[in-house]
Amino acid sequence: MRKVAIVGAGMTKFVRRALETPIELAYEAAKMALDSCGLTLKDIECVVLGSAVDAFDGVCMKGEYLSGGAGAWGKPFMRHSVGGGTGVFSCIHGWMHVASGMFDLCLVVAEEKMSCCQPHPQGAFLTVYDSILERPLGLNLLWVVAQEMNHYMITNGLKSEDVALVSVKNKRNALDHPAAMLGADITVEDVVNSEIISWPVHRLDISATSDGAAAIVLASERLAERITDKPVWIAGVGYNLDTWYWTSRDLSYPVYVEKAARMAYEMAGIREPQKEIHIVEPYDPFSFKELQNLEALLLADRGKAAQLTADGVTARDGNMPVCPSGGLLGVGNPISAAALMKVCEIFWQLRGEAGKRQVPGNPKVGLAQAWGDMMQTGTVVILKV
Amino acid sequence: MKMDVNLGGTPIREEDIKEKKVLYTEWIPKARYAWDAGVAIGRFLEELKNGRIIGTECQRCRRIMVPPRLFCELCYTPVNRWTYLGDRGRVRTFCMSRVRWDASRVEEPFFPSVIELDGGKKGTALFHVIRGVDLEHMKVGLRVKAVWKAPEERIGAITDIEYFIPE
Repeated sequence: MRKVAIVGAGMTKFVRRALETPIELAYEAAKMALDSCGLTLKDIECVVLGSAVDAFDGVCMKGEYLSGGAGAWGKPFMRHSVGGGTGVFSCIHGWMHVASGMFDLCLVVAEEKMSCCQPHPQGAFLTVYDSILERPLGLNLLWVVAQEMNHYMITNGLKSEDVALVSVKNKRNALDHPAAMLGADITVEDVVNSEIISWPVHRLDISATSDGAAAIVLASERLAERITDKPVWIAGVGYNLDTWYWTSRDLSYPVYVEKAARMAYEMAGIREPQKEIHIVEPYDPFSFKELQNLEALLLADRGKAAQLTADGVTARDGNMPVCPSGGLLGVGNPISAAALMKVCEIFWQLRGEAGKRQVPGNPKVGLAQAWGDMMQTGTVVILKV
Repeated sequence: MKMDVNLGGTPIREEDIKEKKVLYTEWIPKARYAWDAGVAIGRFLEELKNGRIIGTECQRCRRIMVPPRLFCELCYTPVNRWTYLGDRGRVRTFCMSRVRWDASRVEEPFFPSVIELDGGKKGTALFHVIRGVDLEHMKVGLRVKAVWKAPEERIGAITDIEYFIPE
């Protein structure tokens, strides 16, 4: 397989409800990514598009709908969808196109406009659950994740306050992100005193439904160094799928994320992740998810991620900055775009271009991860300069 | 990050919509579906009508699957050993929800839960809702039992079990 680099990145603001159409959002992010590396659409050989759940935008075959905004007309085009894992998988899907030798330049776009779904986008999740045994009970993503959070907390002896630290950190980090919608200076008390949505999930333990888009440009080794003097190499990719029957999964530990991570580490030649990974953007749609994912990524010992957070290890100026962007809890959560934003963040951080969010110490290796499908998929990319 | 560029994405507010400052089109889909229950789930639903919970056991990995399947996804072999499970069990995990499926709020919270049914093997568990308990008394490991609809009201659906309550 050939070496592949990210050479450009772009995104829109993440907002609760955008004036722009999904197509316009896709265009804005893709154009910014192209401009950032001095390319035009003419240079691009193929386009890859990620979008999570068609029911949000209310358009079936959303890939075709978005294709014009993503710059795909007249080019080889492929859309993929693995729920929340989509954004990181977008990078993997684009990597496949270039690593295979089929293309030298690939534009990768992810978009979600959740606000279209009325009165609240949460309702759209009902369409992904089992039609015969779960929908009649009104199953809801919040119920499933809250049961998972409870199992994780009980297994590891954690209190709401331990987990709330993640929201405090990420929302504070997001104050420095110009695209963020949820940046805030809050305390642990604010989180545990916020409305109980589905105990143990409080209002401030959750990201918000959002609109937005993100994009990256991938180049083969042959072109990457001609396009930029700071290519960011995709050193490893991993993805793994667990059972669709969520009740038979170990809800305290996402073993599929560990499998995806091990696949990516092996490809990247990483033997000691806790020493070799400098910055991390794990998936954080809920506060506990950052902790659980850090453990499954083998970046924290089992049950110990909360302690790392309390000790400041995961702060922007800590030994292993986690979600320096502000994450989904701080920047927002237009699902597929949110996870691709994580890849963009690692790209900017490794190039030293993250502005006020820049972590100290010239990080050289970063990891982005997302979680999706029926809460059963792990997607991981490792980036290096 | 050259974020000194003008980032795309223009936030609009609820008021902008109410005051018709932005234009939009509404559509209420009237799509209708009829999902066949299939062979394995069909039998499961028939048994619910009889007030019983049935699963299948994989003869290779020995796990009992609820809802039942005709094949084991892990061993990828056919499964034909049917086995009844209890309508009682213990709570593996739960949450206390204040929201319905569409995020609208409810007056009285309830407990969506994963329940390990008696007679299960290697991870057998059913999703349902527990009522008649409060957060203080709700615990992992709590024993619960199914509350069935009256036989003449059952239609062969998961809602033939109205909910579970503490034993």
